[in-house]
Amino acid sequence: MSKIILETRGLTKHYGGVHALEDANFILHDGEHVAVVGDNGAGKSTFVRQVTAVEQRTSGEIIFDGQPVHFSGPLEARQAGIETVFQTLALADDLDVPSNLFLGRELFKFRLGPFSWLDRKTMRDRTLEALKTTAVKIPNIDNPIRNMSGGQRQCVSIARTAAFASKLVIMDEPTAALGVQETAQVENIIRGLKDRGIPMILISHNLRQVFDLVDRIVVFRRGRIVASLRKDETDGNDIVSYITGVKGGSDTAYA
Amino acid sequence: MRLLVKTFLQKPELAAVLLLVLLIVLFQVLSNGIFLSAANLRGVLGLLPEMALVAVGVTLLMICGEFDLSVGSVFALMPMSMAVLMAQGWPFLPSVLVGLMLCAAIGFANGWLTIRFAIPSFITTLGMLFMARSLTVVISGGFPPRLDLERIPEHLFVAFVGPGELIRASFLWFLGLALVVSLLLSRTNFGNWVRATGGFLPAANAMGIPTARVKIACFMICSLLAGFAGMIQVLRVGSPLPSMGEGMELAAVAAAVIGGTVLTGGIGSILGGIIGAVLIRVIDNGLVLSRVDSNWFKFAIGALTILAVVGNAWLRKRGRAMKVEG
Repeated sequence: MSKIILETRGLTKHYGGVHALEDANFILHDGEHVAVVGDNGAGKSTFVRQVTAVEQRTSGEIIFDGQPVHFSGPLEARQAGIETVFQTLALADDLDVPSNLFLGRELFKFRLGPFSWLDRKTMRDRTLEALKTTAVKIPNIDNPIRNMSGGQRQCVSIARTAAFASKLVIMDEPTAALGVQETAQVENIIRGLKDRGIPMILISHNLRQVFDLVDRIVVFRRGRIVASLRKDETDGNDIVSYITGVKGGSDTAYA
Repeated sequence: MRLLVKTFLQKPELAAVLLLVLLIVLFQVLSNGIFLSAANLRGVLGLLPEMALVAVGVTLLMICGEFDLSVGSVFALMPMSMAVLMAQGWPFLPSVLVGLMLCAAIGFANGWLTIRFAIPSFITTLGMLFMARSLTVVISGGFPPRLDLERIPEHLFVAFVGPGELIRASFLWFLGLALVVSLLLSRTNFGNWVRATGGFLPAANAMGIPTARVKIACFMICSLLAGFAGMIQVLRVGSPLPSMGEGMELAAVAAAVIGGTVLTGGIGSILGGIIGAVLIRVIDNGLVLSRVDSNWFKFAIGALTILAVVGNAWLRKRGRAMKVEG
């Protein structure tokens, strides 16, 4: 098997007394696409927020690209090569498309502390390029995101991820709010990542999509990983019984 | 063409610009042509920088999604501390610097308390409003010191300058500072971060923007501008009164809102805040020239605030609904 790109050992997150994530052991190989499934509140998004350092973990280890990492924040995680599409999309409504694509990693004409001058033209050109490679159509990229449809906003968020993707892509329910056509578009972007050999973690409720797109399925239940199954050794019913707790009720399974 | 109209309709300051033009014409007619005379413009423009500088800071902070009710008190505290130091023999420049540092410290406290304890800035700065006002009275000792005009470089701040001596030097300070803040907001990464922070905080956090630092910076800029504006007023008047700047915090919010800044953050422009401040000055002056009982002033500002917000919302909706091909 190819090398391991991401591994978590005993990853745990408590919010006060709520144990949102408990002892998660997870492995992702280079080039591999893994789906994370589970009921609402099973700990999927919490898991992602620890890996991307949007929140700081309570305990446990994260090994990324062969190194134990302690990202102080999401910007560091991005700089290390982890790109994420958040459930909330993480778009700034009042900025245009290029500003959103480059939010937090703007390009500059010259740097001078807070007076670093934005290089709007290059950002705009690179945005058009990124949208072209992902086959996303946005009529006017100079408009604030606020004025765009849900599908367009989603596509901007995903184009941002795909354009900067280097070592790992995480998508938290990227098609939850999309129509049929837009969903197909997003799935195409994901297949494009697979072709480029970029590993991905996909969080999804849509089992049809999961079986279509990924190599392996990891099931979360009540803050724990209860199953890790290759796509060809399982089926929808099997996954559902893990999600609902009919199977794997104890907490011994490892990913 | 439609795209142009659409873009124009979505400009946050559009409603205020339209109102301003309308009012200028109205007052010019009602005052029999006195309103736009050189003598009157001198008066209007001479006082404008004080209110407008405060409005610039408040607008920036509101775009960042926070409030500052303490600007009126800071407006008084900065020049009072400066005057007290000068009365004790300090030279002008160090006194100014100490005063500005005090403003920066208050801005920092506003921001830090708001973020550290996750309380609404409305509350933090309401508390600071009282505290800074009280400090102003305490350090004045009840007897506001007179400024020694000999020791003040008057020509740098309040002397009339320019063609026809139409404006005061303070107006140039105001233009310069407004331009700097405006460019900061529209052309730098800091500006993008401010809009992202005010527009949708979780997104800004997720993208790794140091939102706490961005907010604190905006609080500090806001306080500094308010203090600087207060200093200009005192240099013009000659003596700091402990009560100066009372009610200014709400007038500044009104200016920002009239100029199209949205209370929930993210949307707005510095130019809009300035136009709001100009509108308030124009109404103040125009009512007097038109021989309207000046007690109607606050009524007019209040009505204008509501009208502008309703108008802005309507224009924005029209702009968004407009279909553009391509």
